[in-house]
Amino acid sequence: MATVIINGQELELDDDERLNGIQAAARLGYDIPHYCWHPGLSVVASCRMCLVETGRRDPESGEISMMPKLVPGCQTPATDGTVFVTESDKVKQARAQVEEGLLINHPIDCPICDKAGECRLQDYYFEHGQGSRRADLRPFTSRRRSLGDTVTLFVDRCVMCSRCVRFTREITGTGELYVEGRGAGEEIDVFPGFPLANKMAGNVVDLCPVGALGDKDFLYSQRVWFMKSHDGVCAGCSTGCSITIDENQDRVYRLRPRENPHINEWWMCDEGRYGYHHVHSEHRLAGPQQFDAEARQYVNADWSRLPTELDKKFTAIAKRWPGSVAGVLSPHLSVEEAYLLAKYLRGVDPEATLVLGPVPVEGEDESFPQGFTIRAEKCPNRRGVEAVLEYFTGRVATFDDLLPDVAAGKLHAIWVSGGYRNDWIDEATAESFDAADLLVVQDLFDSPLMQRAHYQLPAAAFAERDGSYVNVADRLQSFRWAIRPPMGVRTEGSLLWQMSAMPGMYRAGEVLAEIAREIGYFSAAVEEIPAVGVDLKVNLLV
Amino acid sequence: MAEFEPVLLANISNEDSHTLAAYEAAGGYRALKRILADKSPAEVVELVQSSNLRGRGGAGFPTGLKWSFLPKDHPGPIYMCVNADESEPATFNNRILMEEDPHQLIEGTILACYATRASTAYIYLRYEYPHALARLQQAIDECYDKGYLGKNILAHDFSLDIYLHRGAAAYICGEETGLIESLEGKRAWPRIKPPFPAVKGLFQKPTVVNNVETLCCVTHICDRGADWFKSIGVPADPDNPRDAGSYGPKLYCISGHVNRPGCYEAPLGLTVRELIENQGGGVWKGRQCKAAVPGGISMGLLSADELDCPLDFSGPGKYDCLGLGTAAVTVVDETVSIVDFLHNTTRFMAHESCGQCTPCREGTSWALSMLNRIKAGKGRLQDLDLLLEIGDSIGIMPGTTICGLADGAAWPMKNAIRKFRGEFEEYIRRTNPDGCETTEPVEALQIIGVH
Repeated sequence: MATVIINGQELELDDDERLNGIQAAARLGYDIPHYCWHPGLSVVASCRMCLVETGRRDPESGEISMMPKLVPGCQTPATDGTVFVTESDKVKQARAQVEEGLLINHPIDCPICDKAGECRLQDYYFEHGQGSRRADLRPFTSRRRSLGDTVTLFVDRCVMCSRCVRFTREITGTGELYVEGRGAGEEIDVFPGFPLANKMAGNVVDLCPVGALGDKDFLYSQRVWFMKSHDGVCAGCSTGCSITIDENQDRVYRLRPRENPHINEWWMCDEGRYGYHHVHSEHRLAGPQQFDAEARQYVNADWSRLPTELDKKFTAIAKRWPGSVAGVLSPHLSVEEAYLLAKYLRGVDPEATLVLGPVPVEGEDESFPQGFTIRAEKCPNRRGVEAVLEYFTGRVATFDDLLPDVAAGKLHAIWVSGGYRNDWIDEATAESFDAADLLVVQDLFDSPLMQRAHYQLPAAAFAERDGSYVNVADRLQSFRWAIRPPMGVRTEGSLLWQMSAMPGMYRAGEVLAEIAREIGYFSAAVEEIPAVGVDLKVNLLV
Repeated sequence: MAEFEPVLLANISNEDSHTLAAYEAAGGYRALKRILADKSPAEVVELVQSSNLRGRGGAGFPTGLKWSFLPKDHPGPIYMCVNADESEPATFNNRILMEEDPHQLIEGTILACYATRASTAYIYLRYEYPHALARLQQAIDECYDKGYLGKNILAHDFSLDIYLHRGAAAYICGEETGLIESLEGKRAWPRIKPPFPAVKGLFQKPTVVNNVETLCCVTHICDRGADWFKSIGVPADPDNPRDAGSYGPKLYCISGHVNRPGCYEAPLGLTVRELIENQGGGVWKGRQCKAAVPGGISMGLLSADELDCPLDFSGPGKYDCLGLGTAAVTVVDETVSIVDFLHNTTRFMAHESCGQCTPCREGTSWALSMLNRIKAGKGRLQDLDLLLEIGDSIGIMPGTTICGLADGAAWPMKNAIRKFRGEFEEYIRRTNPDGCETTEPVEALQIIGVH
């Protein structure tokens, strides 16, 4: 047990905790300003914004002796007897001087800077800066150059914290960025012909404490104070990075990684980061349709009547041909939705066939030196859906296992859930579904299978759902919706909730509680799910 | 005091002094042979420690003590870096040693490596010293041929390779961890300490970084002993327990407005006035000395009535200068404007700031832009206070930077303005009579490039 004294208050640290001054002070609510230090990167102690006074308490006499000079909080370990003073006049003056220095050559173009509103230079100026400018007035300069396909550099806004440079060296190991020049003439740059092109490049924009690095995808699309942030989970691959979804009026503008030491630490890949555009695609199905056999065309269906109507049709077929009902549970469904669908179909037809929907795989897993992995499996919840399937059917049957029975006409009523972003089924496979008497397809986009569905139901995108995903490492994360689905779209969860004859609005939490009680694999999810998720493996006997 | 016999420069007046033959004829490598035969590495460390040799590179850190910080029983490798990146303005003593007597340095390097158990040494040579580069390489080659370098030196269980590395012309590479980073092929951004190089230096291994002149002194300490070394120079002040004394010979550079600029050897403790009058031959053209730099521009500035400042490790500090530095005295005569002097030093420091730490990067550039404006006749009296504030707040002394470059930038500012404030004020009032009193921010001058 180590005792650290911060501004006169004692802080107890466990023996295995290795904190620096910034982290220790944060425990007691003291926010030491900093630019260059980042918990995921090496310590360079160069911005000097986190300067504090430090000293040592003699363990015998209890006397405190202070060091005469200031030290960077990021570089000073909090060990037993370490004293930090973070709010003295000397410290405040040093902060003001650093802040003043950083602003000398800064264009102060906040009105046209994307970072305004979430900029440390701005925030710290108000909190720690000098009252007025003492340096000479400079004409406004704004040089901009592209560093790669996704990131652009506003050269004069840079405060040379070197976080981006360290990121490409330490996390991705690609090292595209470097510091060019010397002294006040320094600039971040890439070598000609070697652009910033790694698959995690977008992280440098989040890392940038000021507006120097701009994300071309997000640039000038939204002022940050108009957006609301929601905790979410990336649905791009089975890593399941914790993310923040920034939206305004039901439009997603930006995804950012959310710190989660168990999964993605502070990072996410560009594929996930920019993988939200399909949410607002104009090709998304706009409303439910049903096939009018007499008119031989699709007509609009009515969401309010659909649950009863579908329930009636499934029940009738199950009565007439027991064991002829089938459900395809997409790995894009949440655990709760998969459970509700499986439970509903088994309720209608205890012999109903349940299979896992096609699992999209692209290339191979790709790991970076620091450990971050982009998975080849491009869906968020295969593990969760498999666990649900195992509970209901005792095994995990695949989509391919289903096809012979479909072609043979053994299955009369089939519910296919989708949520796929790309073409996931070809014409020939889809043709075999012609044999079914009732085909319900709920998906984001049109497909050959959708063209054969008796009921075409638009599905919700990841940012529109409530629920939980289980990632490749058996960690379950729950999330709420960030945006409402487009008009005419109902989430799978709310439709299935109603079909299961549950009262009121869809409440994913209740479903998960039931799942945790019913299915051993999910037993760790019985408590409230923390923001970083819960490891389901803890209760498994391996 | 008896007439001082040159030690470090004893050999350079000999013909072909840079060759092995001439060096050996003058007694060279005698110390090496004796030490390898008679003394253990620990005894050499002990010897150097007892000589109270202090580093000649600028900081004056006790050399033997530095060596003793190396971890004991380390499996190796341990590296020796010879700091030959002599970039301090007006300093050229290492250059003379390397060009005229390279074997003296190499012998010292071999002895230091023996003492520290280093088996690889790098000489980090300033880019602008092509002549020294050729001479050193020739000397190293001669040593390999003669068996002073390479495997099992002089049939002893001690091997050493010396590599000559040419820098790329950056002042910051003279900072020991900047030098290490540069040697590793990286940008010369000084490292944060701890860990100190003795624990984790070059390639993450224990490393000693010593100055050229320091290692030349090691040669003579090994040859003539610690007591001889301590008979030269200024003994420690008995009333000051932190004073480690200033022993040994020192190469003084004197430049600027004197009759005989050059590099002269004398015991530590010479005063600036003695150096100017005796070695330098007095101020040129019959003029008066207005100010003098005690040891390279980063050490600050002495005014004309401070010339009795002794040039030993504790002398300049008593006159509010940073320290002895490289003991390179630059004399400024009465015709020179101190505004110009400060502008020039600040321009150098702003250009050489590595740009890692905010206070140094922005502080030096801000100071330069103010001095540009003052020189252009648009100064404000308030600028002097701002310059002093910058001077007082940047550097490792107040703790706001990683390395000492900022202190070197701060000291000329502080000394020049505090010691010559009247002249600055007079200049500003004369050149900017209408605007000198304003305290409002004014337009920066548009200057393209600092050079």
